[in-house]
Amino acid sequence: MISRSEILETNQMIEKENLDVRTITMGISLLDCIDADRTTLCTKIRDKILGLAGNLVNTGDEIGREYGIPVVNKRISVTPIGIIGAAACRSEEDFVEIAKELDRAAKDVGVNFLGGYSAVVAKGMTSADALLMRSIPEALSNTERVCSSVNVGSTRTGINMDAVRLMGQVIRQTAEKTADADSIGCAKLVVFCNAPDDNPFMAGAFHGVTEADAVINVGVSGPGVVKKALESVRGESFEVLCETIKKTAFKITRVGQLVAKRASEMLGVPFGIVDLSLAPTPAVGDSVAEILQEIGLEYPGAPGTTAALALLNDQVKKGGVMASSYVGGLSGAFIPVSEDQGMIDAVNAGCLTLEKLEAMTCVCSVGLDMIAIPGDTSAATLSGIIADEMAIGMVNQKTTAVRLIPVIGKGVGEQAEFGGLLGYAPIMPVNPFGCDAFVNRTGRIPAPIHSFKN
Amino acid sequence: MKKAIITVVGRDCVGIIAKVCTYLADSNINILDISQTIVGGYFNMMMVVEVGASAKSFDTISEELGEVGKTIGCVIRIQLEDIFDMMHRI
Repeated sequence: MISRSEILETNQMIEKENLDVRTITMGISLLDCIDADRTTLCTKIRDKILGLAGNLVNTGDEIGREYGIPVVNKRISVTPIGIIGAAACRSEEDFVEIAKELDRAAKDVGVNFLGGYSAVVAKGMTSADALLMRSIPEALSNTERVCSSVNVGSTRTGINMDAVRLMGQVIRQTAEKTADADSIGCAKLVVFCNAPDDNPFMAGAFHGVTEADAVINVGVSGPGVVKKALESVRGESFEVLCETIKKTAFKITRVGQLVAKRASEMLGVPFGIVDLSLAPTPAVGDSVAEILQEIGLEYPGAPGTTAALALLNDQVKKGGVMASSYVGGLSGAFIPVSEDQGMIDAVNAGCLTLEKLEAMTCVCSVGLDMIAIPGDTSAATLSGIIADEMAIGMVNQKTTAVRLIPVIGKGVGEQAEFGGLLGYAPIMPVNPFGCDAFVNRTGRIPAPIHSFKN
Repeated sequence: MKKAIITVVGRDCVGIIAKVCTYLADSNINILDISQTIVGGYFNMMMVVEVGASAKSFDTISEELGEVGKTIGCVIRIQLEDIFDMMHRI
């Protein structure tokens, strides 16, 4: 029999510490929609999404009521459109039409984001992939709920520097096209290395070609719960600290597992994975930065930050892995800047820099995330930053990502406002020295050697 | 058997248990266990109930209990027991 204190503990986590199920994401394969005619393709895509995900939002809300826990987002990921549209699209405009269709479908089923306007080009780009990538600025500025991602590298294949160079330009153009809203288009665009096929989190979610027809992936979150648990072990040893994080991560993940199983049962769609994540929001007490502070740092960015984050990330995984039958996605602590009040405070205090964030991405999921940078940052500099981050992922056999927002018309000292879950962000300085000659080289960075590790 | 946990929290007054139990009886919901304390004037009750036999949907029960709560100045929540089991039992 469950005890009173256990009931209290669970409800306290939900009510006071912001424990929630961050997202139920339905992955939908669009491979069987492929058609040489664009109009037919769009109709098939729409029918498939509405057919499978028509009840997704209601189901998510119902589960939330049954267990008394908020299911914050209901979302959809689809097969990379670079593949799906290859037979039908002859121009960038053709791809943009698909994006608009996806946006309409997302609105009709009521999900707040749909991911998968993507290209997987780790080794090379097909002509369709290149068209899709060039169409991203237009697609993101003409849609509201569509998210885009491009995988430009992997540990097995190396880094496609042609794609990296192109993405620097794509990010800049996306920023310019959405300049009137603080370049928010870039918040819906992620560049990946080693992108997972089953990530439920936006903006980088897509339904990989290794996946089944449809699948339910769930992302849980609860940085506030971890922070609260750590308050009770201030000054204790690392052993106690790590045990506390593990136990808390286990409990959080169990809720994700329960919700994922229930959603899969109710929707008649197989359960895929639970993403073991600490995903912050701008809400007070829902911050990964505050956990790092509780571990003992004045602000994230202070010496010791990388070690503290490595410890946190690893313990979250250790605790979470046993709590779920299948773990996948990005799994780890996220360190977006604009979505985490503690990170924003650290930047404003002058403690956290882009370079330190880059170091932090070596030991956590996922990468340079939701960072506002000056609007005059060049495409080449963006590509250089992307290349650095991709190299970290490639060499360390982990997923890394870049979601940078060059805020057009604003500079260091100013602030970008995105609103809602995306939050706001102080604009951070970027190293002003050039890397044009490096970025302008064509071809690929070869895959790294997998022996002689040091 | 579909078990749920009801929690009732609020300022203590006459008839809280009576009101909640009457609603449950009228809805054909069997009570399996009750525990209740008062700390600093605040009433705190937990019940384990069986909701499978009720003709009402879980959503309706949840809403109506919320309404009952409003009439007695308490917050009443009902949650399926699985969430507690999953979190606290391996």
